[in-house]
Amino acid sequence: MAVRVLIPGPLRSYTADAAVVSAQGDSLQAIVGELDRRYPGIRFRIIDEQGAIRRHIKFFVNGVQAMSLEPPLRERDEVMIVCALSGG
Amino acid sequence: MAQAKAAGGRRLTLLVATRKGLWQAHTDAARRSWKLTGPQFLGHIVHHCIADPRDGRTWLAAARTGHLGPTVFRSSDRGRTWHEAKQPPAFREGSGRVVDHTFWLTPGHASQPGRWYAGTSPQGLFRSDDAGATWRGVDGFNEHPQRKAWCGGDQDQTPDGAKLHSVLVDPRNAEHLYIGMSSGGVFESNDGGAGWRPLNRGVRADFIPTPDPEFGHDPHCVRLHPLLPDRLYQQNHCGIYRIDRPAERWQDLSAAMPKSVGAIGFPMVLHPRDPDTLWVFPMDGSSVWPRVSPGGKPAVYRSVNGGKSWQRQATGLPKTQAWFTVKRQAMTADAITPTGVYFGTTCGEVWSSRDEGRTWKCVTAHLPHIYAIEVA
Repeated sequence: MAVRVLIPGPLRSYTADAAVVSAQGDSLQAIVGELDRRYPGIRFRIIDEQGAIRRHIKFFVNGVQAMSLEPPLRERDEVMIVCALSGG
Repeated sequence: MAQAKAAGGRRLTLLVATRKGLWQAHTDAARRSWKLTGPQFLGHIVHHCIADPRDGRTWLAAARTGHLGPTVFRSSDRGRTWHEAKQPPAFREGSGRVVDHTFWLTPGHASQPGRWYAGTSPQGLFRSDDAGATWRGVDGFNEHPQRKAWCGGDQDQTPDGAKLHSVLVDPRNAEHLYIGMSSGGVFESNDGGAGWRPLNRGVRADFIPTPDPEFGHDPHCVRLHPLLPDRLYQQNHCGIYRIDRPAERWQDLSAAMPKSVGAIGFPMVLHPRDPDTLWVFPMDGSSVWPRVSPGGKPAVYRSVNGGKSWQRQATGLPKTQAWFTVKRQAMTADAITPTGVYFGTTCGEVWSSRDEGRTWKCVTAHLPHIYAIEVA
């Protein structure tokens, strides 16, 4: 199934500046995996080697924060990746 | 800043890694004028960028941003174009450990083209055999049953995160390695990283209760002289040290420094042709550790007799009210005669001496906090 993924500015160097991409997958885990296949390296910038969402990264599905990559997605869901900018 | 001469003579580039990106400062063999280019990776925290002396054109940069995970960028054309590592340094899945940032990069032995080592925060050792494209953990260290005892837990960290740094390769033997860890101490491997043992006897660790402990020390910077690989120097949290292998005990050189300045600092630089000549940049390690130039009067100290005595070298540096310091990777030397010495400050200045530290000139100012300077 296809979902719409909103890419934050700090990750657009991976998506050739695309702010919105379409991705196939039935969970955030699958979506992140597909993004990494298409845009190599993007996954490790937002997911650590233990599979956890990095500290300053948030995922929202249809406006609701996802606390893990496990919840299922539905056709035409909107996934928003947010980088929480902090520090000087 | 004046334009560096483009024609004639050898060109020299300083790779200036900062908290906000990478800059390059270019000059020629005369080293009188400089041209600054950059930034590259603007907004990235670049902990280290270093050139591969084996091919003269490969550069690696360790970078992350405040919100994105750590990675390594590679260039095979002296920084014109960069490509991200396909598999950056990362701990084994299931280990529960997470690389916060790659801190230190070291090209491997001359007989092993493509081999690189990386040290991370928290303390981890990684290796690449394809010039930085893919990295894997050095299990002999990362999975060592004593690792946690040596390093403490990942939460037992120094203020900016515990580091594995000073990865040193013996030029006579690719299997002979040293590492430094803050915290942890100096460790040695004689089998290419499969096994490790502490090498800290004689080094003070005033911050832990055990007298002369086997490990748990805080080396800030360890250097091995390429022409005399049995000679190592160490700028430590508790002083300045030297060891001449096969000795097992470090000599404390701290008392030779003026008491008003002390023997605390981050960087240490060795003369490329003279194992008895080295430079340090002292900082204030008193009371709550201000980590600034002692008294607001920055100075380099040079020894020409293996650390038995030191001379202050501050001509050209600010005489007062200058409160910067120099991080452990932010001081280096070139291979020209006479040797050029360079340092970058926490307030974004690059200083250069083309006469082995006797006089200093500011190459550039107003850069971000400088983490590392290397000659390319």
